[in-house]
Amino acid sequence: MPIEVDGKSLEVDEEGYLANLNDWVPGVAEVMSKEDDLELTDEHWDIINFLREYYEEYQIAPAVRVLTKAVGKRMGKDKGNSKYLYGLFPYGPGKQACRYAGLPKPTGCV
Amino acid sequence: MAKYDFEIPKLKEYPEVPELVDGTMDHMETFRAKPEFQEALGFKGELGENWKEDAIEAMGDLLGKYRSLQVYLDSCVKCGACTDKCHYYLGTKDPKNMPVARQDLLRKVYRRYFTFAGKFFPKLVGATDLTEEILDDWYNYYHQCSQCRRCSVFCPYGIDTAEISMAAREIMDRIGLGDKYSNEIIGKVFKIGNNLGLPEPALADTLEGLEEDVLDETGVEVKYPLDMKGAEILLVTPSADFFAEPHVDGLIGYGKVFHEAGVTWTLSSKASEAANFGMFIGSYENMRKISLRIREAAIELGVKRIVFGECGHAWRVAYSFLNTLAGPFDFLDPNYPVPQHILEFTYGELQKGTLNIDKSENDHMVLTYHDSCNVARATRMGDKPGGQFEIPRAVIKAVCNNFVDMAPETIRGTTFCCGGGGGLLTDDLMEVRVKGAMPRMEALKNVIEEHGVTNMAAICAICKSQFTKVLPFYGMDMDMIVSVHQLVSNAIILTGQVSEDDEDGADED
Repeated sequence: MPIEVDGKSLEVDEEGYLANLNDWVPGVAEVMSKEDDLELTDEHWDIINFLREYYEEYQIAPAVRVLTKAVGKRMGKDKGNSKYLYGLFPYGPGKQACRYAGLPKPTGCV
Repeated sequence: MAKYDFEIPKLKEYPEVPELVDGTMDHMETFRAKPEFQEALGFKGELGENWKEDAIEAMGDLLGKYRSLQVYLDSCVKCGACTDKCHYYLGTKDPKNMPVARQDLLRKVYRRYFTFAGKFFPKLVGATDLTEEILDDWYNYYHQCSQCRRCSVFCPYGIDTAEISMAAREIMDRIGLGDKYSNEIIGKVFKIGNNLGLPEPALADTLEGLEEDVLDETGVEVKYPLDMKGAEILLVTPSADFFAEPHVDGLIGYGKVFHEAGVTWTLSSKASEAANFGMFIGSYENMRKISLRIREAAIELGVKRIVFGECGHAWRVAYSFLNTLAGPFDFLDPNYPVPQHILEFTYGELQKGTLNIDKSENDHMVLTYHDSCNVARATRMGDKPGGQFEIPRAVIKAVCNNFVDMAPETIRGTTFCCGGGGGLLTDDLMEVRVKGAMPRMEALKNVIEEHGVTNMAAICAICKSQFTKVLPFYGMDMDMIVSVHQLVSNAIILTGQVSEDDEDGADED
């Protein structure tokens, strides 16, 4: 079941993650968040962009602690915790935010 | 919480055996593995035309290999002792989630093709042909068993439903019907080294970050080494310990304990995973291949000891099977258990008095402890019977002032599964995970109300992730779940540690 983004049809897997990571454009996050009734703010975009940068370098989503630390550094210590991230992405930063960012889903005992 | 469309069970003061409701969970079908995931594990990519013959052949092969399987399939007398012991039955009311009914899904086909009576008088002995409908039942209901083995404790014949469920999954895998969650993950272990698919540079970066954090917090340089040749100890831990919370807080604790004990240790990028999902899918070949990575890493790094981190089923594989899967380990130091659990290590150090502990660091919590099924019912720790129950509690009590156990029938040998074990920790099975967690949630809620419990400690990566996810469904906070070594980490005062008070004092100067 593909999703429509900017007039293009993009393949996603059973769980709604992009099948081809290179297909990602910002519109992917917009379309996916709309389906979840979530409005993306600059704060969401900061996380999405960080995830993409980290993935580019390491070929994996950052660990929760790596992410919270980076967020704390960029946006202030009070935001460097998973409560803040869950506030932005109620379904979990690891999974929901990764999906919006076009990253594969973290697998395993997480 | 995302949108889920199912009813969340109500928690009661006392456990209640629910009335049966047919078919409540027959819609629950986990995603199937794609052919590429199947083939990477040596299985058929997808169901072929002759899938029935293939399945019967695979069943025959397993019956020949595992005598226990045939004994379990033959010996049930339908006494009913197991019926109300499964958390999935208690939480879903679905009769097919009663252990005996789950076993019967395989048993009735076994009888038809492998017993005299079933071949000639099938109706008299409840034997049935293998049909697509039955295969669907196998797929759905053998993926609603976490292989926790609570039912087998109550079975007068000791029938182990976990082994039957493992056999069923192995049969399905062989004929091309595997589940995505487990099989994709095993492929990642072979390709990258761990369940997460965490490559070596990301692992190194994550560990460096931990060293910085501990240095920031304590002023002490605690190392989290990777691939350090010549270290005494190889630590094999679930990759969730690198990635998720509260798992990583446990990993920080292991490092602090090793540091204070004065031993050298290392993680391995090759064996950067303790988990062995080969067991969940009942595949000896895959379980062996996964285990051999640990042997290879130990030899390459030249370590003398292998220690396992907090992971339930990994400890079962390690304690019960590692020697025959990947042994002999004659190159390791025989003065230590091969392998050793991190809790045995920490317990030993606590007894020797090498750790400087300030219990009051955990005074903001009242703890209870969740026995993980695989540790509780399939392994031991230390040199005394029941060590797998006593050692974790002894460690918690050594680092915390406030500890209360949950109701006796829900802990130790009769512990309830977290609801996410056995390869079910996937979002598409959220309904079965939430409902299956009900008995544990009920016991937890009771100690919260009666004793003011604030947190529950666990020693299994799956349990920790599962509770983080399901606690909010029952109106409890996801942060309630903690790692046992997180408690140790909180309480340890490292040699040369700068306390917060000292820092405040320094600021004032």
